Amino acid sequence: MPTWLQWMTSMEYSKPIALLIFFFTFIGILVYVFTGKKRKERLESYKYIPFADDDVSDTEDEQGKSS
Amino acid sequence: MAHEAAAADSQYNYDIIKRFAVMALVWGILGMFAGTYIAAELAFPFLNFDTPQITFGRLRPVHTTLVIFGFGGSALFATSYYVVQRTCQTPLSSNMLAGFTFWGWQASVLLGVLGYVNGYTQGREYAEFVWPIDLLITVTWVAYFYVYVTTLMRRSQPHIYVANWFYMSFILATAILHIVNNLAVPVSMFSLQSYSAFAGVQDAMTQWWYGHNAVGFFLTAAFLGMMYYFVPKQAGRPVYSYRLSIVHFWALAFLYMWVGAHHLHWTALPDWTSSLAATFSILLLMPSWGGMINGIMTLSGAWDKLRTDPIMLFLITSLAFYGMSTFEGPMMSLKSVNALSHYTDWTIGHVHSGALGWVAMISFGSFYHMIPRLWDTRLWSKKLVYTHFWLATIGIVLYITAMWISGIGQGLMLRAFDDYGNLAYTFIESVSFMHVPLVTRMLGGIFFVAGILIMAFNVFMTVRTAKREQAEIEAKIAAKMAKAGA
Repeated sequence: MPTWLQWMTSMEYSKPIALLIFFFTFIGILVYVFTGKKRKERLESYKYIPFADDDVSDTEDEQGKSS
Repeated sequence: MAHEAAAADSQYNYDIIKRFAVMALVWGILGMFAGTYIAAELAFPFLNFDTPQITFGRLRPVHTTLVIFGFGGSALFATSYYVVQRTCQTPLSSNMLAGFTFWGWQASVLLGVLGYVNGYTQGREYAEFVWPIDLLITVTWVAYFYVYVTTLMRRSQPHIYVANWFYMSFILATAILHIVNNLAVPVSMFSLQSYSAFAGVQDAMTQWWYGHNAVGFFLTAAFLGMMYYFVPKQAGRPVYSYRLSIVHFWALAFLYMWVGAHHLHWTALPDWTSSLAATFSILLLMPSWGGMINGIMTLSGAWDKLRTDPIMLFLITSLAFYGMSTFEGPMMSLKSVNALSHYTDWTIGHVHSGALGWVAMISFGSFYHMIPRLWDTRLWSKKLVYTHFWLATIGIVLYITAMWISGIGQGLMLRAFDDYGNLAYTFIESVSFMHVPLVTRMLGGIFFVAGILIMAFNVFMTVRTAKREQAEIEAKIAAKMAKAGA
């Protein structure tokens, strides 16, 4: 096994390596989410999903019957 | 349009949601009453009545189990089944398995609390269930996971709405936490007692890795799923930023798993573990507040709704409490602050600002939105929703402020030294100091219980009215049919 791989698989270094992997994955997610105009429009369009199956009662004013 | 909506509604499995919602209220009332009773016991110890079954030590896990797993868990089952069906526009994949999750979960909660009052406990905080119940929970949870994932796979929408991400992370994380923390060897095949698979400081570490991630994924991530669906729906406008919700999700998922050790500052745990947990706890402030801002800003441009809509009041106030408790938590995780706050009532106050202010309030708001839709009616009384809101809010404020006074005072007294290095106060002096705050906390609990009782009455009347209306409609249709036939 190459030395660098041995170093990586050592229990002693597993935690900082995991931390680095998570950190750079998160940075990747940030870059992905906040770049690209078309991607922005696509991602923001998903926020309307809860309204895709609106029924009549959703649009009516909530009035208590005995209030 | 109305016909289309009615057709869509009839294809969803609302029956299972109704059952979980009703049981959430039942467990909520019992659990909050138990909490208020043990609060009264701490202020007036004679209330033990020398009866082992109702002493603080036995009723405390009854309270936590009923409110977290009975009320919170049932509320999460109900809302997650509602949200996944409505955002995926598909019915649940298996009604039979969904029904099994209902009975499995209710049986676990019931058997658990019956065991506690009779002295059967595993002795792990928030994981007191004895091993046979742990097995039942595991099977139930696997069924829940299966139903949820297969329903997601059958969705009509190409995208999985973010609320479902939060619910999925809750289901997955809870499975991992539950299984690992409950690894144990039974004393014998027919004994309810068991030995933990871990020992010493590793056992404590595993327990608080579980304990804090139960807060993180059961009591936070899952209820954020609730927030991301019900706040936009009730506000009638989409969430402020969908991209922020994605970052919120991943940041929470990455950070939460590291922070459990902040429950073990100044113990046998290695110092670096404590520091790591404190560091990640501070980092958690960012996604927490990002999520809170995202939820509150959903109302941007429509703040007037807060004047006219008590359900919106519940939802937005819950987010305010979420912001407050997620600021207080990281602060308390600092080792220097923790040296004062740990083992005092401040911790209890912090937990309840999250549990009552965030978890219970977002659940109440979501239920007030969801229940009329489940029974295809309107709320019986809007005024009672306002009454509930104010009772709950006053109750929480009384509770938290009483615990701040009690906890910080207690911490300062237990750490005070005189000029000769002796303790300045005896233990009983600190107990005596805490009496008035403990009575105030009990009053806060009474306010909160009164609130949920009013909610239960309002829900009962809503359902009864809905059934009566339905019966009248059916009678009219039957009469028309008979007339047409004649």
